[in-house]
Parts: sequence; structure tokens; C-alpha cells
Amino acid sequence: MKPQHDEQALLEGLAASDRKAVETLYRDNFNMVQTLIINNNGSSDDAKDIFQEAMIVLYEKVRSGTFELNCQVKTFVYSVSRRLWLKRLQQQNRYSSPGDSMENVVAVEEDLEQHEQRNAEFDMMENAINHLGEPCKSLLEAYYLQKQNMQVIAANFGYTNADNAKNQKYKCLMRLKKIFFAQYKNGNGDG
Amino acid sequence: MDDIKILDAVESYIRGEMKPDERLQFENLRKTNSELDQLVVEHTLFLQQLNHFGDRKDFKASLNTIHIDLTEQGKIDSMRLKGKAKVVYLWKRYKRVAAIAASIAGITTLVISAIIGVLTSKPDDNVQQMSRELQVIKKEQKDQKADVNNLKDQINTDKKEAKKTIQFKSGGTGFLIDGKGYLVTNAHIIRNSKNIAVFNNKGEEFNAVLIQTDIARDIAILKIIDKSYKPMLSLPYGISKTASDVAEPIYTLGYPRNDIVYSEGYLSARTGFNGDTLSCQLGIAANRGNSGGPVFNHNGEVIGIISTKETESEGVAFAIQSKFIFDAIDQLKKGDTAYQSLKLTSKSSVRGMNKQQQVQKIQDYVFMVKGD
Repeated sequence: MKPQHDEQALLEGLAASDRKAVETLYRDNFNMVQTLIINNNGSSDDAKDIFQEAMIVLYEKVRSGTFELNCQVKTFVYSVSRRLWLKRLQQQNRYSSPGDSMENVVAVEEDLEQHEQRNAEFDMMENAINHLGEPCKSLLEAYYLQKQNMQVIAANFGYTNADNAKNQKYKCLMRLKKIFFAQYKNGNGDG
Repeated sequence: MDDIKILDAVESYIRGEMKPDERLQFENLRKTNSELDQLVVEHTLFLQQLNHFGDRKDFKASLNTIHIDLTEQGKIDSMRLKGKAKVVYLWKRYKRVAAIAASIAGITTLVISAIIGVLTSKPDDNVQQMSRELQVIKKEQKDQKADVNNLKDQINTDKKEAKKTIQFKSGGTGFLIDGKGYLVTNAHIIRNSKNIAVFNNKGEEFNAVLIQTDIARDIAILKIIDKSYKPMLSLPYGISKTASDVAEPIYTLGYPRNDIVYSEGYLSARTGFNGDTLSCQLGIAANRGNSGGPVFNHNGEVIGIISTKETESEGVAFAIQSKFIFDAIDQLKKGDTAYQSLKLTSKSSVRGMNKQQQVQKIQDYVFMVKGD
């Protein structure tokens, strides 16, 4: 069992997307989740999916800054994975109750609700960006996601100057916002 | 201010890149201009979403690379299950299905054995009776064999005289279906005949035996047993498996008298007398001796066997459809394995020739059939 402060450091590394920290977390927890999934009607591909989703839950939780470590990381990851897998089993209609209900799990319902919400938002954004088409998609990704400089973008995309690129980026952004908010309002209205 | 500049300002405000005095100015503007305020709120949300999206995408990608790296380094269990793990996995996954299948199999076995048990309540008595009966039958058979042998001896001694003194009472036509000496004719021609002889168009006589009859369809299969018969390698005509079309021109060769006679006509109907579906109706001049003769279409394929004629009107005859020849052969093969080598062809080598040439080739394969 690791001392508490080690885990705190790991989580800080995770929040900063530090490769070393993520790798350590991955190595320490993956086999445990894989065993859980395979013992409950899953394949190793399922295990990979579920584990990575649990890692995303953890990642977004630490990034939101509201994460208080009131249990071990292992326990948290295990609980989230278990919940996610149960849900998937229910969706696929081959539900069989894992026989290990006495194991050490924590309540993660609230985290998963937030996660669902973020999943929906992620899908909306992905959908909207995929609807844009080129060159808008690459242009916006370069500026907003990769945070590239307007001059660099203009050079890379073959615009005569940064102003032209900015003009184009503005048009693309307006389209993206339109598509995204159309879905976003619909989605929230339904919810 | 145009829209692009407004957006730029909003973005740098959200990112906190404005200088303090600019920021103050912008915030004042925001208070007075509700449209700008709205835009700031909306764009803040949007950028937040976009950042979340980007973060998660990057994180997912890094998780994937880490997964692959760690797998390669062997620090986590490999992606593909090997050996025992795979067996365990498959067993876990399918154990329920296997259990259901096994129990169904078990129940079925029990039910079947129960049924068998009920149906064969007193097997011993029956078996004993049967075996006793078998003994009786065996004895009878022995006696019969002795009788037959006696008769055979008698026949053998009388054979030469017998051959000369046979008085043939019925006659008709037959044709080869296999070069080894198998002929098809009508069953009614040789009904009740003890001796059968066939004659080719040169007048040569061969002894034949009946090996298969189908009274209902009026088909008989004969085999030439005479040693003087020389097997023919292949037949110039094939035997059609399919029904022919009405109005198709047809012709036949037969022995209404001692010479081979050609006559031609057409297929008038696909059914025979009174709608009989086994046969078909021909418009052809046929006489008594034409019975058992082959009916050829213009390709030289056998489409039927002439069997009967209508007594009330002239020029109407009926033929058995050729596909029943195949049925008769199948029956024959089922009954006796000695005839497995018998083969019918459906390809006709005289196809494309004119009538004279066809008849020239075919006439050697059409025989007169006589029985006493």
C-alpha cells in the first residue's frame, strides 16, 4: 500500500497530463480492471475500453479541481470500472451480477453522472467538428486545440497573411458554434 | 467595430490576456451592452467545451499509446489471451450456454430411451419366434433350390430343341439405352413371356432377359444375353430428362412389320389419354408393332416411348415420357448392384444432322422385340 502523499503527487501529475504519472497509474491499475472484466463475461478489448474510460473519469475529476482524495486511487478506479461494466452488460442484455459485491467499492454514482454529461458534450463537439469539413476542421483544431499562432497557421495553410487566416477562422468558428449550439440546446432541452 | 475584432477582444478577455485598463474598459462596455455580455457568456461556455474536447482527445490518445507501450514492455498483461487464460475466458463466457445444451441433450436422451423401452416391451419372445420362423424358411428355401436345380438341368438338356420350337406370340420395338446390351421397350409387349428375342435391322437374332418392369408406366428393361452380341461403345442419341414442347416435330423408328419403318409427326399434347400425366400425345401414324419404339425430337434425343394408340381415331398415339426411363434405371440400380455400371447419356451425337443422316446412324440401335 502506497503512502497517501505519493498518490497525491500522481494525481497532480495526471491533472497536468504528465506522461510519467499517467503511465504509472495505468500500470498499477490496468491488470486489476482486466481481471474484473474477464471474470465477468468480458474480453480484453472490453477491459481496455472500460479501464480507459475510468481513467478519463479520474482525469476529468482531478482537472476540475474538485477532487478530494477520500479513498485510494485503486478503489476509485475499481469502483468506476465496475459500475461502467455493469452498465454495459445491462445494455447488452447479458447481465450477470458480479459475485464480488462484498469487495471494497465506493459510491461513484455522482461522478458517473457528471461523466455521462461530459460524454454527451464530447460527442456533440466531436459531431459538430466532423460536420465542418476541411479546411475548417484543421484550421480550428490548429488554433483552438493545438494553440498555434495565427502567423504559423497562415503559413501552414497557405494563406497570404495572418489577417486572411483570421478571417477564414472566424467564418469557420461561426459555423462550428452554430452547429454545436443547435445540438447543445436540443440536448439540454431533452434532458 | 467589425465582428472579427469583437470576437478577438472577447477571446483575449476570456483568456485574461487584456491589460488592466483595457479590461476595465471592456467590462464597462459589457455592463452597458447586453448583446456583448451575451456573447461573452456564450463564448466562454463554448471555449470551455472546446477545451474539454481537446483535453479529452489528447488524453485518450496518450492512454492508447501508453497501453501499447506497456503491453510491449510486458508491464501489463498482454492484449491477447493465451493458452489457459483463453480457455478460462471462453469457459466463463459460454458456460451457461454449454449447461443449457448439455441439459437439453440429457433430457432428449432420457426421453428417447424411455420411448424405446416402452415400445420394445417383450423383445425376447419375438426374437425367438422370428428365429424359429427363419429356420422354417431356410428349410423351404433349400427344398426350392433343389427343385430349381432339377428344372435347370431339364432346361439345359432341352435347350437346343427349345430354341427352335419357340412360337413368338407378341412383338414390338425396343431400343438400346446402353451399348452393353440394355434395351427399353413396353412392358405389355413381353408380359407373361418366358422367352424374349430381339432382332436388329439386319435380321440378326439375340436372346434377351427381362431385368426390370414397371407395369404402371408400361416400361420394361431387357438385357441381351446372347454371346454373339457385340457391345456398342456409345449410342448416337441421348435420352431427354425434360418434357418437350407442344408442336415440336418428332419421328420414330419401329417394326410394325419385319423391316424397320420410319414415320414422323408432332407432339400434340403434353398429357396422354384422358389427361394422363405420365404420357404425352403424338400426332403420328403408328401401328401395333411401333409399341416400345423411341420417339426422337429434331436433335435426335429420345423424348418418349411409343406405348398405345387411340382406337377410335387414326394418327393419334401416346408415348411414355422419357424421364421415366431414368426412374426405371434408378429402381433397377437400387434393386441390384450388378447394374451400377449402367449409364444413360443425355447428349445426342447426331444433333445438327439432317433426318436421313440421323436415321442412318440410329437404325442400328433400334430392335424388334418378340416374346412368346
